[in-house]
Amino acid sequence: MIEKTVSELARALSTGSVSSVELTQAFIDRITSIDTQLNSYITVDEEAALRQARQADDARSRGTDTLLLGIPIAHKDLFCTQGTKTTCGSKMLKDFVSPYDATVVARLKDSGAVTLGKTNCDEFAMGSSNENSFFGPTRNPWGQNRVPGGSSGGSASAVAADLCAMATGTDTGGSIRQPASFCGVTGLKPTYGRVSRWGMIAYASSLDVGGPLAKTAHDAAIMLNAIAGHDSKDSTSVSISTEDYTQSLDAPLTNLRIGLPRQYFSKDLDPRVATIIQETARDLEKLGATLVDIDLQKSTLSLPAYYVIAPAEASTNLSRYDGVRYGYRCDDPLDLEDMYTRSRTEGFGNEVKRRIMIGTYALSAGYYDAYYKKAQKIRRLVKQDFDNAFQNVDVILSPTSPFTAFELGAKKDPVSMYLEDVYTLGVNLAGIPGISVPAGFIDGLPIGAQLIAPDFKEGLLLNIAHQYQQNSDWHKQKPSISKGVK
Amino acid sequence: MAWETVIGLEVHVQLSTKSKLFSGSDIKFGAEPNTQANIFDLALPGTLPVFNESVLKMAVKFGLAINAKINKKSVFDRKNYFYPDLPKGYQVSQLDHPTVGPGSLKIKLDNGAEKKININRAHIEEDAGKSLHEDYQGMSGIDLNRAGTPLLEIVSEPDLRSAEEAVLFLKKLHSVIRYLDISDAIMAEGSMRCDANISVRKVGEIELGTRTEIKNINSFRFVERAINHEARRQIELIEDGADIAQETRLYDSELDETRPMRSKEIANDYRYFPEPDLLPIIIDDTYIDAVRDELPELPEEKKQRFISQLKLNEYDAGVLVTNREIADFFEEIAIATQDSKAAANWVSQDMMALLNKNNCTILETPISAERLSSLIMRIKDGTISGKIAKRVFEFMVSDSSSVDSIIKEKGLEQVSDTNVIDQLVDDVIAKNQSQVEQYRAGKEQVIGFLVGQCMQQSKGKANPSQVNALLREKMR
Repeated sequence: MIEKTVSELARALSTGSVSSVELTQAFIDRITSIDTQLNSYITVDEEAALRQARQADDARSRGTDTLLLGIPIAHKDLFCTQGTKTTCGSKMLKDFVSPYDATVVARLKDSGAVTLGKTNCDEFAMGSSNENSFFGPTRNPWGQNRVPGGSSGGSASAVAADLCAMATGTDTGGSIRQPASFCGVTGLKPTYGRVSRWGMIAYASSLDVGGPLAKTAHDAAIMLNAIAGHDSKDSTSVSISTEDYTQSLDAPLTNLRIGLPRQYFSKDLDPRVATIIQETARDLEKLGATLVDIDLQKSTLSLPAYYVIAPAEASTNLSRYDGVRYGYRCDDPLDLEDMYTRSRTEGFGNEVKRRIMIGTYALSAGYYDAYYKKAQKIRRLVKQDFDNAFQNVDVILSPTSPFTAFELGAKKDPVSMYLEDVYTLGVNLAGIPGISVPAGFIDGLPIGAQLIAPDFKEGLLLNIAHQYQQNSDWHKQKPSISKGVK
Repeated sequence: MAWETVIGLEVHVQLSTKSKLFSGSDIKFGAEPNTQANIFDLALPGTLPVFNESVLKMAVKFGLAINAKINKKSVFDRKNYFYPDLPKGYQVSQLDHPTVGPGSLKIKLDNGAEKKININRAHIEEDAGKSLHEDYQGMSGIDLNRAGTPLLEIVSEPDLRSAEEAVLFLKKLHSVIRYLDISDAIMAEGSMRCDANISVRKVGEIELGTRTEIKNINSFRFVERAINHEARRQIELIEDGADIAQETRLYDSELDETRPMRSKEIANDYRYFPEPDLLPIIIDDTYIDAVRDELPELPEEKKQRFISQLKLNEYDAGVLVTNREIADFFEEIAIATQDSKAAANWVSQDMMALLNKNNCTILETPISAERLSSLIMRIKDGTISGKIAKRVFEFMVSDSSSVDSIIKEKGLEQVSDTNVIDQLVDDVIAKNQSQVEQYRAGKEQVIGFLVGQCMQQSKGKANPSQVNALLREKMR
């Protein structure tokens, strides 16, 4: 049962062939039996999950029958959940319990979903491998010596290994799409502002967005329906009305123009990855789409611009972790200065400290114009670049990541890690939506294809992904870890 | 060699909104520590700011009142520094795009001349909390009630040339702010705070000297003393051949001196950048015009109207409009009594003296405009004399009953009964024969003494003009 999609589970719950309590217990049992190998969860709150499941079953017995009622899901440990720990994968917040729910969490709760627990992630979402977690790395169900990607690696791993029906993630530079690619699941990064950031602990405020990691595009659409929409508590959330994202899933792909950016298929790209994405393109062509070669000239500038803007915002977003009001405080501080320095030195991991330093430098007097201001100019150019491309095509197709999942510890040099996100960063800088869909395997490891659309065209992305999944089996493949475990 | 002091002021005004700049917490003064701080004010992870629109209106009101350029687009920035009473580790302020651009205020100098003081800008920002060091041995207490309170920081150009000018400017600013009712602006409570940038130069020099910034000046009197003290210190240093260090200094009102702040109290690089959690504020002419329509009559306009409509002299009008409540109080009495001169005298003299003596505002005194109006009416209709009225006024402070019942109860009605006054005058003439002789011999001024005797004997109640007339008649 637990291997089923959300829409299948919803049907089973609705017909009474399974109860939410049974389903929730089944997921908990599986987490207990195999998550010691994957480490995809930081916190599993069995008691709370079963309580919510009982409430869902009660509600159903009283006649409530909504899609997500009683569906067990997980939240990236960056979303505040009232009453359980929210750690951000950091020693700084290892014991932090939020007194309130993030809007995304509250909306899913209101939809009846059951929260199994909180998934592992790179510390404060900074990383592309999930190795930067204070709670240890998460492993990829497709190969336990491999990373699941990051920063939403715990969520991607948990979905792939059937440790939850689906999970939330956050995407600042590719943190939903890249782990989705590495773990063979579907991951959607919505338009900036489409999903409220209230209670989603900030890494880079102007880039962060929450979204679903799911087994299918259809499931992702179900979650997006629950979490999308304006929130008066987040000034950057947009008031443009949402749609029912499951409604357009079945639309045919005729008249669809798909752009293939020349710059994304350069000689540097692994030919095996290039071949897979080109096959995906041909599959979509067979479904009625037209392929168009396009240019995204400025896309090569995305990486340096991102690694100025994101750390700059992070450097001040993380100033609040000072040991004064909550979170980690060093032992026996000598004075205020010592308390600040040691609490932050001891409480943050290396990658977080690296980005705080990069960001602090980029915003410093005398460097601001050369770095931060220039990066913002590049950001506008990147956005323009996409805008121009969308004059001629409806969506853009590209690899999600230049590689499949790499081995733990393989990338020691931070810059080689930063290059992981070369295809995903531009989407965040432009604020537009992107989705990663399982598109093939290389040496037994999944690889995703990325589709990118103009602002608020999540419906179109989900429609294309769904049509593709109706005609492919990549998303149905299960990692070997699923086979050996009952 | 004559020295000139050059001063620019930075004035922080706490805007009297119901809630904070970016959160729904209350901002009442004097609440128990940390009872007005919610999850956003505590900077809990994941919380986000939501701009309180009523702050914008107050800022625009102020801008219009000082004839400033109102910026159609204003942008919030983060000013980064670490301090325990700054929970987020940054203060949200406006650096490059303040809501209020350049404007000006006129002050009236002692010699009667007007001087225009240019205001560079006024921007919206959030206040920090308070660190309490006294009550905690070896530790500090943090009170975040004030954290996030909306402030308007008003920055003047260095157009002020003396401590007196600085105080006049500050008082004018205070008056405008009170008229607009956008802040309590009570310096002692910190709802209006002043930092002064001070430099000195020789008269005639064009280049500005090196300035110091004096912080923590919390009364009009201290503004004057701090500036005078700091100017003297700088002049002495220069005359001794030393240089002025550009630094931030703290005014200590107990020792009446300024001293450098510890370097730890000053961050050198605030790493300003646009606040990504908030969108720029965009307003249009329709918005600005709507705010303009709501502007109250400002001190200068009111003064001109008092002069032209109520026929006050320039001095009285100037005194009465300084404070909006006093001006309204006066005007109510002037209308009720149809005697603006009497109203002006009573308010600017007796009421002001009472306020100073009791150290209270005009709305806190037991004497309402209505009661003072009826007191004036009783003088006008001859029930009491002007002199007796002063006594009635004294009674009114402690006795809240009506003016008429006080007069009646204390038996203070003026005596105009001809028979009674006839008797009184006869009596005084009989007792003071030698003065009567003098009068009759042509010493006209003796009449004053005799009237005085009559008044004394009647305990002030006799109608003085009747007494005067009758005395003259009987001594003819």
